[in-house]
Amino acid sequence: MRAKPVAGILLRQFYLIRGSPVRSLPMFAWVAIDIVVWGFITRYLNSMAAGRFNYVPSLLGAVLMWDFFTRIMQGVSTAFLEDVWSRNFLNLFATPLTISEYILGLVITSVATSTVGLAVMLVLATAVFGLSFFSLGALLVPFLLVLFGFGIALGVLASALVLRLGPASEWLVWPLPALLSPFVGVFYPLSTLPRWMQDVGHLLPPSYVFEGMRTVLAGQPFSAGRLLLGAAIAALDILLAGCFFARVFRYAVRTGLLARYSAESAA
Amino acid sequence: MVLSVCGLCKSYSALVAAEDVSFQVHRREVVGLLGPNGAGKTTTINMILGVLSPTAGSIRIGGIDLARERARALAHANFSAVYASLPGNLTVTQNLRFFGLVYGIPELGRRVGELLQQFDLERLRDTKCGLLSSGEQTRVALAKAVLNRPRLLLLDEPTASLDPAAAQTTRARIRGLTMETGCGILWTSHNMYEVEEVCDRVLFLSHGRILLEGDPRQLPREHGAATLEELFIRLAREPLAEPLERAG
Repeated sequence: MRAKPVAGILLRQFYLIRGSPVRSLPMFAWVAIDIVVWGFITRYLNSMAAGRFNYVPSLLGAVLMWDFFTRIMQGVSTAFLEDVWSRNFLNLFATPLTISEYILGLVITSVATSTVGLAVMLVLATAVFGLSFFSLGALLVPFLLVLFGFGIALGVLASALVLRLGPASEWLVWPLPALLSPFVGVFYPLSTLPRWMQDVGHLLPPSYVFEGMRTVLAGQPFSAGRLLLGAAIAALDILLAGCFFARVFRYAVRTGLLARYSAESAA
Repeated sequence: MVLSVCGLCKSYSALVAAEDVSFQVHRREVVGLLGPNGAGKTTTINMILGVLSPTAGSIRIGGIDLARERARALAHANFSAVYASLPGNLTVTQNLRFFGLVYGIPELGRRVGELLQQFDLERLRDTKCGLLSSGEQTRVALAKAVLNRPRLLLLDEPTASLDPAAAQTTRARIRGLTMETGCGILWTSHNMYEVEEVCDRVLFLSHGRILLEGDPRQLPREHGAATLEELFIRLAREPLAEPLERAG
């Protein structure tokens, strides 16, 4: 893998974001609004609980982590969609660029854009609503890494779906995180769910993060093994998503889908 | 030899888009790929660019097998096509820098500066490509196409959207490139006067097969036509049952 083509993908996204407020604003605006709305909801719930329970870390912390995951996923897929919107596939894939270089470029772009969103969320949640992530201690890092890994995997999967199904299918990939959220217990324990939903939840790495987070905040013994399992599933998901993208790309090259991609859809 | 295409076939279920296409492009040679719409020209170019895999046959760019060493082979090729405009939301310089990195160009800043000057793009350097006129976009696309000093240049109707004066300038510029850099060019066009002016050799493609090959200035006479255009029309309307012998 060569550094220059990866830097090229990154530079292109940097140019787009720098030159367009429409692109730079969503990096922090929507997550900031989410934190503000949920921040006031937790304040209201805290006033109702009258000191018996603090909703800030469990509810606002969960919102922050879920938004971080969503931004990571959308960071990858949006960077990919820039090439769809500008009908750039022919120019891009008729170069020496390899699929792994391309995907790595998308991933680094997503890391950069999501870090901005995470910083804004942390500042707002901490300064305005008193969220302290110190209560999670050093576990915050592996929690974020697992969410990061699964966000990357889902972003690559979403990009592969758009490549396979055509440009119009972007509307199928935006709601993917919302589709998964009931299964991963962002705001409630998995045990709340019916059995079949719990089984699905156990296949999704964020479940282990949100269960772990609630366990730590409740002061109960935390199972590192469960989090490791979540991390292993996330790593496997990245691998599977990468293989799926490569497979879809080979299909697109074989069938002519890539060459005629600028036409609306072959699906 | 900069390009060697051997026994290239592409079929989609029952549809045959290219059948046993074989030809070469040598250094400093401009080869015209001619044929009616749907003849298989763009299919052939897409296969050479690696964005469409052949059903059978082989492609070697600068002696490197495209199927085995895709990235290394494509590092020696580049292209420009009317249907593949550069991202309109990037400026001229940004596009050249972006593709320069993707091609791994050394001393990129200097190379971009050279190309801006060579293609008379300096005053447009900070203009978004989507805002350029057709002629200006063609110049940017050509600048991008020679960024990596390719051994093989594929030009799919490079003058299609240009006025006659701009088209003549562009032809002269491209012809000059073959002399300066020694690259070989595969050129498609529906303008037979242009083909006669620019191409050293032409291939007539119809229904995915090469029907004729030869010097565009000699072929009409050899096949009883007054002009290349007349020969083109005849071949397009009444494809030969069997490929004619190749003159080249």
